[in-house]
Amino acid sequence: MNPLASTTRFFAERSQGAGYVVNLMLRTLLCLPRLPRRLRFLLDNGFNAGVRALPVTLVVAAFAGAILAMQTGIELRKFGNTSVLGTITALSMCREMGPFITGVILAATVGSAIAAELGTMKVSDEIDALEVMSIDPIDYLVLPRVVALALMCPILTVLSNLIGIYGGSVIAEQNLGVSPDLYWVGAIESLTSSGMLLPKEVYVGLLKSFIFGIAIASVSCAAGLKARGGALGVGLAVQTAVRNSVLLIIVLGFVITWFFYFLA
Amino acid sequence: MIELQNVHKRLGDRDILKGLSVKIPKGVNYVLMGPSGTGKSVTLKHVIGIFKPDQGNVYVDGQDVPAMDQKQLMALRKRMGYLFQNGALINWLSVGDNVALPLREHSRISKSEVDDRVHEVLKLVGMDHAAKQGPPDISGGMKLRAGLARALVTNPEYVLYDEPNAGLDPIISHQIHELIAEVRDTLSVTGLIVTHSRACATQCGDRIGILEGGGIGIEGSVDEITNSDHPLARAFMGMGSD
Repeated sequence: MNPLASTTRFFAERSQGAGYVVNLMLRTLLCLPRLPRRLRFLLDNGFNAGVRALPVTLVVAAFAGAILAMQTGIELRKFGNTSVLGTITALSMCREMGPFITGVILAATVGSAIAAELGTMKVSDEIDALEVMSIDPIDYLVLPRVVALALMCPILTVLSNLIGIYGGSVIAEQNLGVSPDLYWVGAIESLTSSGMLLPKEVYVGLLKSFIFGIAIASVSCAAGLKARGGALGVGLAVQTAVRNSVLLIIVLGFVITWFFYFLA
Repeated sequence: MIELQNVHKRLGDRDILKGLSVKIPKGVNYVLMGPSGTGKSVTLKHVIGIFKPDQGNVYVDGQDVPAMDQKQLMALRKRMGYLFQNGALINWLSVGDNVALPLREHSRISKSEVDDRVHEVLKLVGMDHAAKQGPPDISGGMKLRAGLARALVTNPEYVLYDEPNAGLDPIISHQIHELIAEVRDTLSVTGLIVTHSRACATQCGDRIGILEGGGIGIEGSVDEITNSDHPLARAFMGMGSD
């Protein structure tokens, strides 16, 4: 195949895949009024997402906060200004690191599980079985998963932020000689001194994590629903789900930060 | 009546159906046989509206299936049951919940009525003892019987059977065949059965059509096909073909 044809085919396939995800998101939105009927599945999926992702999220967040404090502190120490370490760590965790870490871990743990689950259902005719029973797979399978992740991602992000800030405080005290009082006063003040109850960074971070949750669930459901060809197809669906989710988290994270800090 | 008229279907780069025409009268079990990849399951999916033909028509009781909108398709599917090869039970629901699923989703009957109906159909297929078990805990034959119970729970007029004895031993296969015949006799359900199995065709079929080259190669009653000298009939219905 000539390079032009293969490039065209590559972009056509990617566009088709993106179109499928957008279509799935819109159809999920249309199913929202039926959410009360799916409350049991919503709770099951939310609980599963939390249980699967919580331990590793907290461990990674603690280390991410520690690394953030360490890297920033090393530079700040040169200028004798480590007193702002609590402020910087708290705001960075809430605005960027917390949502990013939580999103990536949810993509790896819950997103992959969703793609595998729906992919297996697809290749074993369970999705077709729902359709022939006149049960919309989007209403029955996708809606509870998307809503569960849209709710769980911000909740996990809040926990991740708190643990990350705590991780930073340990490094600040042990390695950089910043007193815990000074670190925590800076952190708490930066997260409370605002006319809007909480500062913009917290809201932007929570909005990001909410959008990440929707994106991860939609991309993973789409990958699962498009799986075909047995075990190999399910494996490819999981790979696609995790790859596309992480890609989206990075791109959406950039776009949201850019919008709120440079455009709005 | 189910009627397919000159149906053509291409999947990927292969022409699967090339002018398939077949009529399935009410109240009979019609067995569709043919080599692998000749479009038997594809035919079933056209009847229930999962696939649309590239060319040709599919009618159920005179209604044009490919022309139906989503609402009409849902109404049609409520009148049909579909037994998938492996039962296609939802893995995280118990057998009882799987069977109850179509009723819980679509009917407005009370919980106790749903439970009674589920018990009734599970008893019909000999699975009432396994209502609380999950699909991973039961055998292939039990999955098929549970799948059949789910297909029958809404009192369908038609049931489509996709390889109802695939991967089963002869004893369990025989039980499934008897069950399919019983469903036709006691519930007056019209059946379209896709199979490779001569035993299945002779034990639960009334008419047999054998696919060849994307269309029906030979068709007739069970006796006609069994006694036919046509090479296709000999290949599928001859001794040792099961």
